[in-house]
Amino acid sequence: MYILIAGGGKVGANLTRSLLRAGHEVTLIEQRPYRFDKLEAEFEHQVLRGDATELFVLERAGVKRPPDLVVAATGDDEDNIVICQLARERYGVASVIARINDPRNQPYFDLLGISPTVSATGAIMGLIEHEVPEHGLIHLLELRKENLEIVEVTVDKGANCQGKRVRALKLPEGARLISVVRAGKAEIPDEETQLEAGDQVLAILAPGKEDELRRALLRD
Amino acid sequence: MKAIVIGCGRVGSAVALQLQGSGWDVTVCDENEDALGRLGEQWTGGFLVGHGMDLQLLREAGIEEADAIVITTDGDNTNLVIAQAAQKHFQVPTVVVRVLDPARAQFYATRGLRIVCPTSSAIETLVGAVRAAEEVSA
Repeated sequence: MYILIAGGGKVGANLTRSLLRAGHEVTLIEQRPYRFDKLEAEFEHQVLRGDATELFVLERAGVKRPPDLVVAATGDDEDNIVICQLARERYGVASVIARINDPRNQPYFDLLGISPTVSATGAIMGLIEHEVPEHGLIHLLELRKENLEIVEVTVDKGANCQGKRVRALKLPEGARLISVVRAGKAEIPDEETQLEAGDQVLAILAPGKEDELRRALLRD
Repeated sequence: MKAIVIGCGRVGSAVALQLQGSGWDVTVCDENEDALGRLGEQWTGGFLVGHGMDLQLLREAGIEEADAIVITTDGDNTNLVIAQAAQKHFQVPTVVVRVLDPARAQFYATRGLRIVCPTSSAIETLVGAVRAAEEVSA
C-alpha cells in the first residue's frame, strides 16, 4: 500500500517505521525543522518538510496519485480535520484515519463525517471503564458510521431482569440482546430466553440509550 | 440582531466594534484575555475567554440564536472547522470566515463556505496597481 502520514511526532514516526518494516510505501510530512532533521536522518527521502494542510505540500508528497490511505496524526485536531477533508474530497483518497488529541473535539469529526478516528485518551478511558465496571455497562465496540454500539452487561443478584424472559424486558427502542453467556456457553437469546444472575449479556443499541438499557436490565 | 465574533485581533475587534456601532448585539470570543483591550473602554457587548473550537463556549456565546458569526482567529484550519460547525450543526444564517491561504480558501469556497481571503485581495490589488502603471506608460 502507499500511505501518506501527516505529522511526525511519536505517533506518526512510529507508524512510519512500522509500516516501512511491513513493506509498505510511506511518505511522512513534518513541519517543524528540528523534528524534521531527526526524522530525515532515519527515513531519508521518505520524509518531507512542510505544512500538510497546504495543498502544494500534499501534492509534493504524492497526494494526487492518490495514496491508498492518508493518516492525519498531527497534534492539532483542526489540522487533522482539514487534512482528511482535503485528502478525501479534493484528491479522492478512499480511506483516511484521523488522530484525535482532545476528546472534546470528537463532535467535530463526527459532524464532518471523518472516520475512523483514534484517540489515546478515549482508548484509555475505555480500558478504565472495562476495569471498573461500576456503571454496569462495559463498552465493547463503537460502530460510529452505523451509530450503534455493543455493550456487555453482567446480570447480578437482584438485577431488574433476573428471572425475566426477554420479551418482558422494557428495552430501549432499537436495542437488541445479541448473546447470553451462561457458565461459559454462549447462546443467541430469543423472546423466551430467561435471564439469570451471572449471565453475561451482549446488547447492541444506539449511543445515548445506555441509561435506559441499564434500567431495563440492572436497576432503576 | 445577534452576532458572534471569534478571534479578537485587529480584524475581529474592528468588525465587532463596527457591528456594535450599527446596533448589533455582539459577543466576542478570544483565547487571550488581553484581547479585550482591543475593544476599548466603550465596549458594552459580551466577551468570553476560551478556544473557539470549544462547543460549550460557542453555546455560551449564543451561537444557537445568532444571526451571524464572523470567524477571524489566526489559524486558518481552526477557522475552517468552526465555520463548518456553525453552518452545518448550528445553522447560523450568515457565516463569514477569514482564511489566509488562497488555496484552502478556494477549495472551501467551492464547498459552500463564505470566505474572505485577504491574501488574494492583496495580490489582486498589487498586481492591478502594477498593470495600471503599465497602461499609463504605454
